Amino acid sequence: MSVETTKTPVDSAPENTELIRLDQVTKRFGDNTVLDHLDFCVKPGRHVTLIGPSGSGKTTILRLLMTLTKPDEGTITVDGQRLFPATEKQVREVRKKIGMVFQQFNLFPNMSVLRNITEAPVSVLGLSKDEAEERARELLDLVGLADKCDAKPSRLSGGQQQRVAIARALAMRPQVLLLDEVTSALDPELVAGVLDVLRDIARTTDITMLCVTHEMNFARDISDQVLMFDSGRVIESGPPEKIFSSPEQERTREFLSAVL
Amino acid sequence: MTWDWSAVGEFMPLFWDGLIVTLQALALGSLISFSLGLVWALLMRTPTRWVQWPVGIVTEFVRDTPLLVQLFFLFYVLPEWGLTLSAMATGVLAIGLHYSTYTMQVYRAGIDAVPPGQWEAATALNLSRTRTWRAVILPQAIRRVVPALGNYVISMLKDTPMLMTITVLELLGRARLFSQEHFQFTEPVTVIGVAFIVISYLASLLLRTLERRLVR
Repeated sequence: MSVETTKTPVDSAPENTELIRLDQVTKRFGDNTVLDHLDFCVKPGRHVTLIGPSGSGKTTILRLLMTLTKPDEGTITVDGQRLFPATEKQVREVRKKIGMVFQQFNLFPNMSVLRNITEAPVSVLGLSKDEAEERARELLDLVGLADKCDAKPSRLSGGQQQRVAIARALAMRPQVLLLDEVTSALDPELVAGVLDVLRDIARTTDITMLCVTHEMNFARDISDQVLMFDSGRVIESGPPEKIFSSPEQERTREFLSAVL
Repeated sequence: MTWDWSAVGEFMPLFWDGLIVTLQALALGSLISFSLGLVWALLMRTPTRWVQWPVGIVTEFVRDTPLLVQLFFLFYVLPEWGLTLSAMATGVLAIGLHYSTYTMQVYRAGIDAVPPGQWEAATALNLSRTRTWRAVILPQAIRRVVPALGNYVISMLKDTPMLMTITVLELLGRARLFSQEHFQFTEPVTVIGVAFIVISYLASLLLRTLERRLVR
């Protein structure tokens, strides 16, 4: 692979097996081009980690997929359905397939932990309150917070809040889980609990994970593919063993020696 | 100047009647200003200019003209256009409308203060627009604005005597009525002055309790 290539698919698989596909996506903020004609795809069930210096466009990809921001050019497809350009109705349909966990958790402070998790399944998926609560309790059990159902988020530690946020995203049964620096806002001693939960999910489900992180050990653990970003382009990609132990690009080596 | 306790006693029946009218005007005025202010604030958030502009102009106009002028306009001009309301209804409407242009700004600040992450989480969960407003944004925004809204209740209380000018017999109206009949001003005016202090103080106590319960 050379630095000049703009087309950097994660896998060289035929198109119809790709779950996520970005074609020639460009995103600018003012004069700053964050993504530059990016091509990018992910096959179902893969765990892909995006690494790279801040400002390199990693988080922007997650935000584009979650429709929190729109590209200036290009097309985005998820599971064969168009996410951009698309009508509001199409977007709502595709968005059902995608869940996201944020750096700052973004739990709803006005709702109990349980309500945080049941709100969307009830109002969006049309589950009954009982069904949604049963699902929520199972998920809280999974993230080790079964006893916190009735607590308000503000009573929880950052790590606990993030685990609730993971449960909340999973309650929608998404095909894709986007993880945006989910441990960056946590005190160091709380990071492990969150990562354990995510490892568990990566191991026991077939959910596709797209992960932006600075936790290189975690990236090494869970990912099938690591993509190195720099200046809005993928400059190197491969299995974690290769990227972390024998990166080809000088830029990747520099970055890894700075963060490891 | 002598203080005549018997005048106070004689004024009390009128006082109670006036108090009820004042409190009614205050309650209804608050209700209108709170709900209409929220409507204005939400309309100002619609993406189309064709809604934002008229709402912006009308509310700016109402905010920048005196309440007294609005009272006179509604009371004396509307009937000429064929719309006759009782004095009390006109007064409540004027106070509610006038203060709604202030509460809308309070709501706007409250809505703006909800962190962007809340909107993003709602989008990520695919909540509908209505659901996002009702379940996520407004509960958080309104919790934040209760103290500011409460301050406007106290302002409104102090503006209720203006209703006297359109013949509503609230506290000041009753005091004037009594003075004109008995030629005693000191007692009734002092009594209603004290009443305003007591109501304001009770309202602020209530407000502080509410604040403590909501803003945790």
